[in-house]
Amino acid sequence: MTHIGRSFFLARKDVVGIVVLAILLVVVLPLTLDSFRLQFVGKYLTYAFVALGLVLCWGYAGILSLGQGVFFGLGGYCMAMYLKLEASSVENTKIQSTPGIPDFMDWNQITELPFFWKPFHSFPLTLVAIVAVPALFAFIIGFAMFKRRVGGVYFAIITQAIAAVLTILIVGQQGYTGGINGITDLRTLHGWDIRTDAAKTVLYFVCVALLFACILLAYYVKSSKLGRILVAMRDKEDRVRFSGYDVANFKVFVFCLAAALSAIGGAMFTLQVGFMSPSFVGIVPSIEMVIYCAVGGRLSILGAVYGTLLVNWAKTSFSESFPELWLLGLGGLFIAVVLAFPNGLAGIWQTYVAPRLGFLSGTKPTDPGAAPVAAE
Amino acid sequence: MFSDYSLTELGSIFVMQGFAGLILFSVFLLMALGLAIIFGQMGVINMAHGEFMILGAYVTYFTSQFFLNYLPSLFGIYFFIAMILAFIASGALGMAVEWLMIRHLYKRPLDTLLATWGLSLILQQVYRSVFGPREVGVELPGWMMGSLNLTDAIEVQINGLFVMGLTIAITIAVALLMYRSSWGKQVRAVVQNRTMAGAVGINTERVDRLTFGLGCGIAGVAGSAFTMIGSTGPTAGQLYIVDTFLVVVFGGAQSLIGTIASAFTISQAQSTMEFFLSGSMAKVLTLLGVIIILMLRPQGLFVIKVRR
Repeated sequence: MTHIGRSFFLARKDVVGIVVLAILLVVVLPLTLDSFRLQFVGKYLTYAFVALGLVLCWGYAGILSLGQGVFFGLGGYCMAMYLKLEASSVENTKIQSTPGIPDFMDWNQITELPFFWKPFHSFPLTLVAIVAVPALFAFIIGFAMFKRRVGGVYFAIITQAIAAVLTILIVGQQGYTGGINGITDLRTLHGWDIRTDAAKTVLYFVCVALLFACILLAYYVKSSKLGRILVAMRDKEDRVRFSGYDVANFKVFVFCLAAALSAIGGAMFTLQVGFMSPSFVGIVPSIEMVIYCAVGGRLSILGAVYGTLLVNWAKTSFSESFPELWLLGLGGLFIAVVLAFPNGLAGIWQTYVAPRLGFLSGTKPTDPGAAPVAAE
Repeated sequence: MFSDYSLTELGSIFVMQGFAGLILFSVFLLMALGLAIIFGQMGVINMAHGEFMILGAYVTYFTSQFFLNYLPSLFGIYFFIAMILAFIASGALGMAVEWLMIRHLYKRPLDTLLATWGLSLILQQVYRSVFGPREVGVELPGWMMGSLNLTDAIEVQINGLFVMGLTIAITIAVALLMYRSSWGKQVRAVVQNRTMAGAVGINTERVDRLTFGLGCGIAGVAGSAFTMIGSTGPTAGQLYIVDTFLVVVFGGAQSLIGTIASAFTISQAQSTMEFFLSGSMAKVLTLLGVIIILMLRPQGLFVIKVRR
């Protein structure tokens, strides 16, 4: 945390917020939770990357994507393909009819590694692909749609349809993708066993570090001129266009950025949980990721992390003890957060808690994204 | 892929798959009609539309059980009563939802999407708790079973024909209501200019509520018809919601003709391809085609110019 003190893009209260979150994630949770529970938190935090992307894309730029699971999944699958290839070395798979290819391909009578799997033999290429593939995909979708001034509701529906298509495709092409089970039985990363408790703890801290890097990036985007254009675009798109900005380019950029953030989350998910499956790609997970962001407050970068942790913690504890209640609770949460708390936890914090804590709000919070409700 | 079949066989395959496509078309169209009213006319995204449909299906199931147990002599006509009950149940629920939730969100279409998604989760869980997680199917009256043999290779099911006839009737009724009645004129006036419609004395809140109720009621009838050709479970509605939205968007949201045309195109494409490819690939290709066309032509197939 080198940003304490004077910083060119973080306000004082942001620094305090980041430090508090850092203490919580780096010190408090690892000390208080056992290894098993900490792995859960690590898993939740991978969704926080998606929520972070949604804050930028939906909260600030007003673009609601219901297909973030696609990018989460693409990132996760890229990582899973690398790990799977490493786990399917020739000596590990010598009982197969074709040794050296992943087991599910062998079960589906595929005798040669498909071409799009080949780059994933290389670790550097995999790392590039994790960010580049989803970002490129987002670029194609965004470019095609924003250039034609498709937005709002239509964009949401089409991204949702894309999530549906990708899920059906992955499930249907079992031989190439592992089908409904996904890519399972992942063992080592560059020779390092990721299944041990010690490895999972290390991965937790890697995940936290990456998350903070992404949070700082998000703050940077938010405070830059770009961030202000995004907000202006959300509130009065035509005026920004008349001022000479190419609105579509900004939208494409922020959509790609959100996709890349989701993909990093997906890759960390694969590493920590040890598999990737289409159940994290489809319509339902994609829209659940929106609710993480909405609960935290669609305009609050840190709120997205808290929202994700809270909703997932509630999901895990409710589905353990009262599985029937969870869907009712989640449904109620969707409705409540829209009707009663459109700014989520962050809104509650800013209205009720922050004014009583003078040291946090030396100046009145003048968030550039205020009054989101007016956004169409 | 055609080389394995003779020419007459191919012809029969196309006719049979075309017929299967027509049944799919009927389901799509019935669901899309309600959505076209709610989304096309009011601009509200109702993600719970599938659950309104399932409510209609459950109502039909219970009506059939009632007739089976208490009025077996009238079992042949239970479906018509069930359909009316389904319309009333779904419509009433729709009006309640509009009053409690949707009317606060007319200015925030993306938020209606999230709120109605929440509603759909709640309804699914309620169905699961109240009606049980098992899929239920209705018993068809005798006259609806069996099939007609047109030639040796071609046969069509009577229940499918019935659903198709029903779809046509409902579509005509909706078209008359929207384009020939004074109420339909009020609805369109509110859509085109809410403030002015209010200024000339139309009770816009009442029109909104009735329009939403009508859309949901039609979804209920769609669910009712759906029981004739498939079984009903708590989550069956969600399977169709994306397809239905694509149908409406693809057709051009404000156009009834467009909805019909796009439902026809999508269902025929899907069912014809299903024979030659696996079901999942047929679906992928159809949806992908629709998405690509929508990217090139975002306003949909048919456009009505509305001054905004």
